[in-house]
Amino acid sequence: MNPFSAILLRDMRLATRAGGSAALALAFFAAVATLVPLGVGSDLHLLSRIAGGVLWIAAVLAALLSLDRLFQSDFEDGSLDLIALSPLSLESMSFAKITAHWLTTGLPLTLLSPLLGVLFGLPPAGYAPLMLSLAIGTPAVSAIGAIGAALTLSIRRGGLILPFIVLPLLAPAVIFGSGAVLGALDGLSNGAFWLLGAFSLVTVLLAPFAAAAAVRLNLAG
Amino acid sequence: MTLRSILAENLSCIRGGRLVFRDLGFRVEAGQALSLEGPNGAGKSSLLRMMAGFLSPASGAILLTSDGAEISDGEERGNFIGWLGHHDAAKPQLTPRETLRFFAELYGASADLDLALEEVGLSRARDLPCQYLSAGQKKRLSLARLKLCNRPLWLLDEPLAALDSAGKSLAAQFIQSHCASGGIAIVATHEALGIQAARLALA
Repeated sequence: MNPFSAILLRDMRLATRAGGSAALALAFFAAVATLVPLGVGSDLHLLSRIAGGVLWIAAVLAALLSLDRLFQSDFEDGSLDLIALSPLSLESMSFAKITAHWLTTGLPLTLLSPLLGVLFGLPPAGYAPLMLSLAIGTPAVSAIGAIGAALTLSIRRGGLILPFIVLPLLAPAVIFGSGAVLGALDGLSNGAFWLLGAFSLVTVLLAPFAAAAAVRLNLAG
Repeated sequence: MTLRSILAENLSCIRGGRLVFRDLGFRVEAGQALSLEGPNGAGKSSLLRMMAGFLSPASGAILLTSDGAEISDGEERGNFIGWLGHHDAAKPQLTPRETLRFFAELYGASADLDLALEEVGLSRARDLPCQYLSAGQKKRLSLARLKLCNRPLWLLDEPLAALDSAGKSLAAQFIQSHCASGGIAIVATHEALGIQAARLALA
């Protein structure tokens, strides 16, 4: 097995094992999304209109929960030193970690979302766009989150600073993601999917380089 | 990858605005061990991190000679280094065997994992999550990893800490056989290593 998949599989194993972040993110996502209809009330028309936006925000927050430890735990226990000295470049390592995070967080959230859509009375026409927008957009959440996680990896309570770095950068994903769902409900072809895809592609391509630079900086600190 | 020597010239280190050491120089040839000595805060760990390429020196240079080629770039130097830091890099959820397999794959090492674990006396604990291991057992796991990764330049930060007396002689034996096969070991330590090594005192 090559070094890239070694990191990928180890991170996935850590996320899915007892005390891992995957189940936590999923439970958080479900809890937030369940609470909103209880708070907003039973106006089904209103709920179906806000479903995309609420689920997108819940997905971003759930992903944030597990992001702060993405590099930090490896930094604290010395694994990051050993990974940095391995034949694998820090850029590839960051890409492997982003992929593992998406596979254990973004993908399960996407698969769970139609179930939560029911709580919002989402019309049948909304399910496919909802899942598609999450599938296309959540890689950007993992990618941009990784940059924030790498920047804050040596800060003791970095998880509290992380949202301030990451959330503003994720605004486009939330706008295009929920916009795509709403547009589909209204029967409009609004191009939001294309913009979301472009945003996701660019961030996934660039984030490994930014995250690797931040890791390098922190290892020298 | 065979390594001929490592040379350090006029090294200075500044950490947090404070001068830790300056004008440090040494040369270690293949087959030799060097023990770094000095009180807490003398800069032993900083020097090791500098050699590993994590820290850049405030002045001076570190040069590796390998098969006639001279390597001064920090990140390129990483490919020669076997690292044993004071953290154990053992995830609490993973077993020693899983930990070792991960690093073997990461470093492209092809060695018998069970044999490596047996050598450091972890056969019985090999399928136990690392959260149940003692500090000494985790150090033994680090030693197994160090040997498995098979790099010519060993940089060791307190390799004897937390080990029992059998573990200490095991570590010494590892270092000795590494040097005997043409490797270099640079060891920061407060205790006598029990092997023949040049000494460098940091004030």
